[in-house]
Amino acid sequence: MDLSMKWLHDYVDVDEPIKNFCYDMTMTGSKVEGYEEEGSKITNTVVGKILSKGKHENADALFVCSVDIGNDEPVQIVTNAKNVKEGDLVPVALDGASLPEGKIKKGKIRGVESYGMFCGLDTLGLTTHDFPYADPEGVFVLEEDCKPGDDIHTAIGLDDTTVEFEITSNRADCLSVLGLAREAAATFNKPFNYKYPEYKGVEDDINKYLDVKVENQELCHRYIGGVVKNIRIAPSPRWLRERLRASGVRPINNLVDITNYVMLEYGQPMHAFDIKYLEGGKIRVRNAVSGESITTLDGVVRELSPEMLVIADEKKPVAVAGVMGGEYSGIMDDTETVVFESACFDGASVRRTAKKLGMRTESSARFEKGLDAHGCMPAILRAFELCELLDCGDPIRGLIDCDYNTKPQSTVPFDPDWTNKFLGTNIPAEDMIKYLEKLEFEVKDGIIYAPSFRIDIESKADIAEEIARFYGYNNIEGTILTGVADAQRTPKQKLVINVENACTALGFNQINTFAFISPKYYDKIMLPEKSKLRNCVVITNPLGEDTSVMRTTIMPSMCETLARNYNYRNPKAKLFEVGNEYIPTGNIDELPSEPLRLALGMYGDNCDFYDIKGAVEDLMSSLGYDNCEYAAPDADCIFDEVTAFHPGRVAVMTYEGKQLAILGELHPAVLQNYGIDTRAYFAKVNITELLETVAPEKTYKPLPKYPAISRDIALVCDDEIPVATLEKMISEAVGLNLEKITLFDVYKGKQIVSGKKSVAFSIVMRSHDGTLTDEQADAALKRVRKALATIGAEIR
Amino acid sequence: MINQDLQDIERRAKEELEKDQSAAELENLRVRFLGKKGELTAILKQMSTLPPEERPVVGQLANRIRANIEQAISARGAEILAISAAKKLHDEKLDVTLPGHHHDIGNLHPINSVLHEVEEIFLGMGFSIAEGPEVEYDYYNFEALNLPPDHPARDTQDTFYISDKVLLRTQTSAIQIRVMENHKPPIRVIASGRVYRSDAVDATHSPIFNQVEALVVDKGITMGDLIGTLELLMKRLYGEDAKIRLRPHHFPFTEPSAEVDIQCFNCGGKGCSMCKGEGYVELLGAGMVHPKVLETCGIDSTVYSGFAFGLGLERIAMRKYGINDMRLLYENDLRFLEQF
Repeated sequence: MDLSMKWLHDYVDVDEPIKNFCYDMTMTGSKVEGYEEEGSKITNTVVGKILSKGKHENADALFVCSVDIGNDEPVQIVTNAKNVKEGDLVPVALDGASLPEGKIKKGKIRGVESYGMFCGLDTLGLTTHDFPYADPEGVFVLEEDCKPGDDIHTAIGLDDTTVEFEITSNRADCLSVLGLAREAAATFNKPFNYKYPEYKGVEDDINKYLDVKVENQELCHRYIGGVVKNIRIAPSPRWLRERLRASGVRPINNLVDITNYVMLEYGQPMHAFDIKYLEGGKIRVRNAVSGESITTLDGVVRELSPEMLVIADEKKPVAVAGVMGGEYSGIMDDTETVVFESACFDGASVRRTAKKLGMRTESSARFEKGLDAHGCMPAILRAFELCELLDCGDPIRGLIDCDYNTKPQSTVPFDPDWTNKFLGTNIPAEDMIKYLEKLEFEVKDGIIYAPSFRIDIESKADIAEEIARFYGYNNIEGTILTGVADAQRTPKQKLVINVENACTALGFNQINTFAFISPKYYDKIMLPEKSKLRNCVVITNPLGEDTSVMRTTIMPSMCETLARNYNYRNPKAKLFEVGNEYIPTGNIDELPSEPLRLALGMYGDNCDFYDIKGAVEDLMSSLGYDNCEYAAPDADCIFDEVTAFHPGRVAVMTYEGKQLAILGELHPAVLQNYGIDTRAYFAKVNITELLETVAPEKTYKPLPKYPAISRDIALVCDDEIPVATLEKMISEAVGLNLEKITLFDVYKGKQIVSGKKSVAFSIVMRSHDGTLTDEQADAALKRVRKALATIGAEIR
Repeated sequence: MINQDLQDIERRAKEELEKDQSAAELENLRVRFLGKKGELTAILKQMSTLPPEERPVVGQLANRIRANIEQAISARGAEILAISAAKKLHDEKLDVTLPGHHHDIGNLHPINSVLHEVEEIFLGMGFSIAEGPEVEYDYYNFEALNLPPDHPARDTQDTFYISDKVLLRTQTSAIQIRVMENHKPPIRVIASGRVYRSDAVDATHSPIFNQVEALVVDKGITMGDLIGTLELLMKRLYGEDAKIRLRPHHFPFTEPSAEVDIQCFNCGGKGCSMCKGEGYVELLGAGMVHPKVLETCGIDSTVYSGFAFGLGLERIAMRKYGINDMRLLYENDLRFLEQF
């Protein structure tokens, strides 16, 4: 809401400096976004009177003028303007003047001295809407009441200040000069100088002209129609045009300007119909009929639907109620008789209609917040008052008022004790009454009566806010919460912190990515066409395709981030993200599940498969899971992302038979899709599922009392046999006395038959009952040899 | 005669020890004088040739000389050790200005580290941490928060919809309702997480961002408690000098409602380009829980009252680290991430 300070002064006499005004209004709840002093970009520009106009000696298109600028001596100005003549008053930008387009300096134009410049409307930042009589092409020849030397700001009324307010949706009443004047009067403790509007009117029978029927009284709470005859269309007077301009509204003609003026002043949208386009002189407030359409004032054909409320005549809709008038409903130069509408429509209905038709207007913006039906009458009276003031027509005495408003006056018990307890204050009851009365609340017999325009007042809490904002929010003393509270992180929150700590300790940097992605990303990771992960939660109104579905796998987000870092020429990267996946249930009206995932990604620094695996192993170990198993994925793999991996370099991690993670090298084709020209590695750990398992309790094991015996063995076996299988066999064969088995070499090549490999382990054995003998160790190795023989592995 | 021999040994041993020698040479010296086949032993073997009455006297002398030599050798030995240790230390001197050997340590994302900081502050004040889904019912995100369908305030939060009933939550306030539905007062929780608004990405906007919400419901909770809690939070986050200011505002789910500004650090409230001349910078929204919201969740608003506030983590992180472009937070460029 843009407020003209000149206009405000009609109703409240605030003389605060503008900065203080803005600050104090903000602190009582009418937030000021900023203010603009009109014409502040124009300096050193005055009214000049052209004393003479002669030819330029060196240029046919130029003229040399002698101009009286209110000083003793006239000044000489060179111009190309054809539309000025001797005796004209014009704006003159003098030497050193600033204009919206730049600075003016004296100088020679084609050899002749010029001390400034004549200004056209555009040079002053104005249009013919501001001064309809002015020539839009030439110099602005002033028809204002001014004399040479007058400052241009006062001469043409460029001396208003516009304050921009952010009005919250509960205070539609403040979308008006009156509303803000009331707040200002209360804020600065000044009287609110409001006078109920009056008009004389002419004697006539309105029913001869107009017949109003409200068919849908649910959506139209009140409809007042009035008729003005003998319309005399002309431009509005300057003061009115100035105020509209300061409020950001373009002046058009006196009648249209009056509807806008009243809306801005009273907050009540108004409409004026030319009666000759109202067939049968009838107004019907009804729902649109299926198939009906209307061409609105902006020339667009709008399809209407039955839930929309329209203003219709006998046959057709002439306006979309509360939103916009029809093309032929408006005021033309030949308009003779006008119907003024001042109505109250249901906010939600106007909002739905405006939204569906895709047109929010000043009118709909006010209606949709809910307007006071009591406001209709003063608004139409004000319109008629202005018609008479501007002499633009003769309002008929008598109005048609269809009032179906049933909303009772809002009342709230006056409870100062409760209010003080609620706010944590000690405000005396009489101060509370003072604050409320300034806002036109009435306090009587323990009851607070809210003024009708305060549709937001419903409960004691609303009253507490009114009192608090004038007492001053910042005068309320802060207190510390008392009482005992028991707070701790949930197991999930603790796990996440442990995961984050482990990942950073392992050298991974945390990332945060967008949870919505493009469906095309599934192709980039080569997810099978039939994968269930392609069924996503779909956003119906996304910003773009790239952000149109909720990810069902965290993998593409990591791949994108790795690719971005690769493109930024970061030579290596180790990244992790803790984030959700979103798995739909199949019913779009149900919430998806949101399982939590850890993603690890890395490239560069000569890392390989065993680096990502080691990271997962270390992570799991730090979380207390030491017995995880790793195997190449089989047909039962639960991770559809498996196709994104190098088929020979991918492993699934299981714990107690549950698949909890997949990890490995990204498939070369996937890397190509992301433009990553080096090997990269990815792991995903299902945190939610991990949380459902139980890590073994950590218990103390006694430190060894007896020495250990260590034996190294090297064996040769088929290359196909996984090391994990060998390790498992050896462990079982050694039995209870096995303390530790460590792989220390895998060798293929010279001296080893092709298709075979040599694998070397170090085995540490120890007994807690006594010192192991060499014989016992040898016996264990014998069992190992025997066991390995069953799979054709030989100890060398 | 023997006496003289003994004294001669002592004299020579001492002479020898005056000279420089290595630890090995010292050992040789010890063996030569004191060893089983050493000179002292050889002389003592002649003891039997002495008259019995002299033997104790010579014996005593021999023992004394042995002790003297032993002590001198061991003193010399300690000296040699000290010298060689000192030499070793000297030889091992390093250029301590050479760079250290590094272990890669990763960093938390700035948003997450700020989140943890905020969580710690609240845990210390006895707040539990609640959670809720990101894909949420319209009911929790709007309707139960006193934002029925067609409420004009819905416009201030451009919403991504999944269906008529399901949307991407626009505010962590949705979690308030879930908490109040499932817990009886006293309630003291914070809830954090991603929220979604249909804003295009630019330096100060992102369609996904993170909020932390606080909710307190109990008997006798006042607006003063809200202000006191906010003051404490800001002091913990920004230091003892942090100063806040409340401006009346409107949120459908709180009454009274406030926007909370923090005094500009740059100018200390005088007004500068960073705070657009205001002296304060907008930080968060707050208020007393609306009685309708309490009632919707089955909490008697005549018995209980509460406050709630919500703050954007990005804003806090950007302020804390001086980050001037929100996009950096989601670009995840390692050169950025490594700075935190």
